[in-house]
Amino acid sequence: MLRLWWPNWALYRCNNRDTGIVEREPIKRTWQEFLIERIIRATGVSAIAIVGLIILFLLREAVPALMQVTPADLLADRWYPVEGYYGLAPLILGTLLVTVGAAVIALPAGLATAIFIAEIVPRWARDLLKPFVEVLAGIPSVVLGFIGMLALAPLVRRFAGAPTGLTALTGSLLLALMALPTIVSVAEDAIDAVPVSYRNAALALGATRWQTIWRVVVPAARTGILTGMMLGVGRAIGETMAVMMVTGNAARIVTGPADLFLPVRTMTATIAAEMGEVAQGSTHYHLLFVIGFVLFLISFIVNLAASAVVFRETRRSERVMS
Amino acid sequence: MNTETITRTSGAARGARLGTPCVLLFLSLTLSILTSCQPAGTDSGHGSTIQNVGSDTMVNLALAWAEEYAVQSSETSVSVSGGGSGSGIAALINGTIDLANASRSIKAEEIAAAEANSITPVEHIVARDAIAIVVHMDNPVDRLTIHQLSDLYSGVITNWRDVGGADRPIVLLSRESNSGTHVFFLEHVVRRGIKLDETLFSRDTLLLPSSEGISAEVRQNPNALGYDGLGYVTPDQKVVAVALDPAGPFVLPSVDSVNDGSYPIARDLYIYTADEPVGPVAAYLRWIRGHDAQALVAELGFVPLQ
Repeated sequence: MLRLWWPNWALYRCNNRDTGIVEREPIKRTWQEFLIERIIRATGVSAIAIVGLIILFLLREAVPALMQVTPADLLADRWYPVEGYYGLAPLILGTLLVTVGAAVIALPAGLATAIFIAEIVPRWARDLLKPFVEVLAGIPSVVLGFIGMLALAPLVRRFAGAPTGLTALTGSLLLALMALPTIVSVAEDAIDAVPVSYRNAALALGATRWQTIWRVVVPAARTGILTGMMLGVGRAIGETMAVMMVTGNAARIVTGPADLFLPVRTMTATIAAEMGEVAQGSTHYHLLFVIGFVLFLISFIVNLAASAVVFRETRRSERVMS
Repeated sequence: MNTETITRTSGAARGARLGTPCVLLFLSLTLSILTSCQPAGTDSGHGSTIQNVGSDTMVNLALAWAEEYAVQSSETSVSVSGGGSGSGIAALINGTIDLANASRSIKAEEIAAAEANSITPVEHIVARDAIAIVVHMDNPVDRLTIHQLSDLYSGVITNWRDVGGADRPIVLLSRESNSGTHVFFLEHVVRRGIKLDETLFSRDTLLLPSSEGISAEVRQNPNALGYDGLGYVTPDQKVVAVALDPAGPFVLPSVDSVNDGSYPIARDLYIYTADEPVGPVAAYLRWIRGHDAQALVAELGFVPLQ
């Protein structure tokens, strides 16, 4: 570990002693290189250190709540902290329902859009379509939330026959819209990076265009596509503002997919809505950090699972190549 | 900053003896940090700023006051921000602000926390407010009793049919549980003012983060039932008349019905200070209770003090 941090001074001194002459240029370059190396290393290490510090901070603020509230209370089915009901189940289930809903909509649609842009339309159309999709990512989520509240919610109420338009489904639709640009952009890059020789070989073997895309190009770009999907779902889990504005925030227990047509309360919305008000140091305050930690764990697991798949794929393809 | 100059002179005397200017620097730094923790409004003299934080219900009112006061008195400026009654009181307890706006009275535990910080919160009633019950324009229901409202919001009644409306499900709308309006409604409507009552809002209650969220939903959803401060009710929502008991009288919220006490869901709006106010803060509070400021109260849809 220490070798990572300290430059090999012996190496620099030896170089000088060997030549016996003081050469300005090489020494200067060495110093620049050394400095740049250190900066790059510091950036890389700090990325890990920051994540570590975030975990430590979350734990420090969350642990006192676990001392004050029993696990049975945490698993209870009611969240109303003002009166001492601290059940997290409705919030966790709410987040899962909205996120899974968004993934079910966004993943197939994102993949299809990426294939369409990369493989099917002519080059000039790609150059036109892709920036448009990417512009979607630049819309602030509060603006999307406002559109969702005023335009999407009434539609959901009318066409889904739900008592209100502020439902999990409205949240899922909005999140899918927000995840799409990421998924399309990353997946399209991956598909585009597949060598033309793969396509030519497939076509030469008598595969149809569809077979080439589905059996050759998409599997070859699998890693990039998975990364795009992972980033998209990651955005969906963490999104707060838009979700808070359109899901109704009722802390009900979700029992099944039919609850898509009813309001739910997500973990992110709960933290955002309650953090500004809560008395610092109270049980409620520490519980919001417990929610934050659970949220962190969920996205960590999603990332870990996705990268495990990606790494396994690379290793297998490396074996095939060698 | 008088204290800082005093520090510097006493520090210089010491510094000469010890021969270390560092001590001087250190002392003046610590003292200036300590003094900067105090709210600015407690400083007497020219150009002081009063920090005013709290209730979202009152934020527009507080801003209107601050702007008008800036026109009338050039010496004091007031900076206002929202965040909810609880965050205002929390900031007052921490000693970071001069005035905390609250749409509910201070809780016993908040007084205890303040006293632990050697602060005695002082309550000032600055305006009054009615909480209006709102429904969609096409909803035939135009009167409800407090008892019916309690049953509606606790989830006992779930269909408009049972309170004289159409055969439609009821969508309950509420402000987030952090708002003073929410707490007031829980205590005075859902629990009907009974102290030991532990009735809660129905789980299906939609908790919306803003008044705009409530009005947007009431405007477009015929199933909706909502409540909000009178100042936030727009003409495209239908206000329901409320009575304490089924015999009536059913009263619509207005300045008159709040002032004569006939509208049952009315409350006082408060500003809290840490200890008895002095100097510019006291002057500002006196001005708020005066004629000009109370005219602004009526203009913004709240009920002025008589």
